[in-house]
Amino acid sequence: MGVLRMRQANMILPTYTADVSGVCSALYELGGMTVMHDASGCNSTYNTHDEPRWYSTPSMVYISALTETEAMLGDDKRLIENVCQTALEQHPRFIALCGTPIPTMTGTDLPGLARLVERRTGIPSFGFPTTGMQDYLSGAGMALSGVARRFLPEKAQRTEKPSLNLLGVTPLDFSVTGNVQALRACCQENGFAVRGCWAMGDPFEMLMGAGGAWANLVVSAAGLPLARLLREKYGTPYVAGIPIGGRLAGTLFAALRQAAAGEAAADPLAVPQEAGGRPALVIGEPVWALSMRAAMLAKGFTDVRAVTMLAPYPLPFLPCGRQAASEEEIFALAKTASFVAADPLYKPAVPQGVPFASFPHEACSGRIWRKDIPLFIGQDGDKALSV
Amino acid sequence: MKTALPIGETFFPVPFPPTLEYAAPARGPWNIVHVGMLLPEAHQVFVCAQGCLRGVVLTAAEMGASQRFSTIAVEERDLLEGDMEAMIIEGVEDILARLPKKPRAVLLYTSCVHHFAGCDLDYVYKVLRGRFPEVDFTDCYMNPIMRKKISPDVKMRQQLYSLLRPAPQDGGVTLAGTLVPLDGTSDLLELVRQSGRPFRAVTSCQSYDEYQQLAQSSFCLTINPAARLAGETLEKRLSQRHFHLPLSYEYGEIEGGLAQLADALGLPQPDWSAKRQAAEAALEKAASALQGVEVVVDYTATSRPLGLCKLLLSHGIRVVRVYADSFLAEERAAFDWLCENAPGLQVMATVHPAMGLLPHDAAQKAAGKVLAIGQKAAYFTGTGYFVNLIEGGGHYGYDGIRLLAEELAEAVRQEKDVLSIIQVKGWGCCG
Repeated sequence: MGVLRMRQANMILPTYTADVSGVCSALYELGGMTVMHDASGCNSTYNTHDEPRWYSTPSMVYISALTETEAMLGDDKRLIENVCQTALEQHPRFIALCGTPIPTMTGTDLPGLARLVERRTGIPSFGFPTTGMQDYLSGAGMALSGVARRFLPEKAQRTEKPSLNLLGVTPLDFSVTGNVQALRACCQENGFAVRGCWAMGDPFEMLMGAGGAWANLVVSAAGLPLARLLREKYGTPYVAGIPIGGRLAGTLFAALRQAAAGEAAADPLAVPQEAGGRPALVIGEPVWALSMRAAMLAKGFTDVRAVTMLAPYPLPFLPCGRQAASEEEIFALAKTASFVAADPLYKPAVPQGVPFASFPHEACSGRIWRKDIPLFIGQDGDKALSV
Repeated sequence: MKTALPIGETFFPVPFPPTLEYAAPARGPWNIVHVGMLLPEAHQVFVCAQGCLRGVVLTAAEMGASQRFSTIAVEERDLLEGDMEAMIIEGVEDILARLPKKPRAVLLYTSCVHHFAGCDLDYVYKVLRGRFPEVDFTDCYMNPIMRKKISPDVKMRQQLYSLLRPAPQDGGVTLAGTLVPLDGTSDLLELVRQSGRPFRAVTSCQSYDEYQQLAQSSFCLTINPAARLAGETLEKRLSQRHFHLPLSYEYGEIEGGLAQLADALGLPQPDWSAKRQAAEAALEKAASALQGVEVVVDYTATSRPLGLCKLLLSHGIRVVRVYADSFLAEERAAFDWLCENAPGLQVMATVHPAMGLLPHDAAQKAAGKVLAIGQKAAYFTGTGYFVNLIEGGGHYGYDGIRLLAEELAEAVRQEKDVLSIIQVKGWGCCG
């Protein structure tokens, strides 16, 4: 058995949301039309397991219904015609085409097709090179930064009072159960008005004022490409972290204030710890896992390891965190853990008797435990950790 | 592009030209994971890209069946390196080595990318069967790109029976490819009971050994068009005599099919008049209970939505709309009848992009009272009054019509929590 194969085979652990759903989720509320170029299946997976807004909030998310013949012949004609016709009927603000495994195999040039669609319709269009083989963070990241790159004005006036943008907010990481509202409230309480929440709850026009913010708060790895873009475009500094628990909220906003003042700020997630004994384990999205780790250390845990099965995180993840390459690795780590905080789908990996703090994560278990997702922002985070 | 047309102005069998597709959040119909789970003591292994795995993984998780389900993720490098066969073999070996107990059977699902990459699946299965002689392997497919030739659903219903080993026949009757058990009072079961022959269906199998007994039957029945290939395959492979007796709302077709079966089972021709009268009486009662309330039907409720519209309209029930994107060839006669006798009956698409944006206010416009038959019809009209029917719901023949008519009368009295019902994936399988 080769190491690579073991990494790809999962006996029981879950599969995270893929990049194509990440694009759809990030763009859901922005008034665009998103088309997954696929035969079938991606759309029902997305709207069943990855999109809690589907039942009640309409959005133009469709599938191209690619056929075998079209794929074999490289025939994009029907896709182009259908996208143009639907767009001209529905008047989206923009059009986003995203790829799946078969267009990846056949080498479909999505950015090229997007240019063609834009010429025909006059509607700004994107071709996101998703493959269905990467995780949602990469898809949501490229979608948010793509829209920002295209639509944000060149210059912006800084707001009078301290303000920030929340970057990387999708239901895949924050669901629709109150944590986004709590995040906004927490920013206000800590002296920052929310200039724009990318991309839940704020209208497109409001997001276009992102350049006026004093700083940016990256709350998931999906927000990182956008944070870099905003730094490059407007010089806005960013800090990564979720204000989980009172103590971390304090250090996070202090770091934001420093960053906004142009001072070098220490990474609030790089909290030192003592090694030794049986560590506690946090498994999940990288920013969430690192933030939860910091919150747990603040609560008195002495050794907490943050682990993600998602793509490597480009922030300083080590030495306090790591990427688990395989299901076997997760099982091995859980075996030596004294405590585990993760989505309930990880529970089979955790030996009986080891305390387990359940944090359902839409990008992991979808809608199954949505109603059990705890509030974890600010002081609520401390309560959620009281297992 | 229009999303709704009077039936007299639509084309058969595809009323609306294909375009981009929307998917309504009505999730009752079963998928290939649900169907595969009917095989007791079997383990499913899906080999797909992450995006394709996501839906099936969570289907199993929502069923509470994650222990019977594993995955092998296809990555970009696998497409480039051309060693898909090794990846599948090694992945399955790894999974089987780590399972606490070897399953009796493995349903190994490959996907569109294997088809396009020309993966040598014969070699894969040969190697796996050689390495695990105690496990039965069968080939299953999640390749929706091939849906124009054979849908994943039809293929899955066929493969569900592919592990049956030839066995001495005992004159029994196997019902193949039906996901919801038939009503105990159905005309079809009544005939089989009269014959004194064993009746078998995968839906009642509790073990792999019991599943193998399906091969002992001399007859194989299918009632759903999606199961027809399964029946034909069983006839070829196990020499079971196959009868496709489709779910129908046409009295002639119902009695014709049952007469055929009675002959084959060596029974005298039964008299269906009492059952027919009971169905008629129930329809009359339903019409009176509905008191002119508008009725809408969708294609997920039954494989013969047009036949059902015809039956209801001809019994005084005010059907105003049918939701469907295509019709089976067997519906031609009902289509023609409706064009002539109810040309104003509206045909409405379900996957057309505009369907995601239209208001769901038909019920509101009709003072809250629209009766929907099927989950999509309920969703699109915004009604709380609906019959939650998937694939005919186990109803068959005159008895099925009677039961459905009783459900209509009941549904118009009692409002349902549509949101919580139609969100359940694979209704009857895990909800």
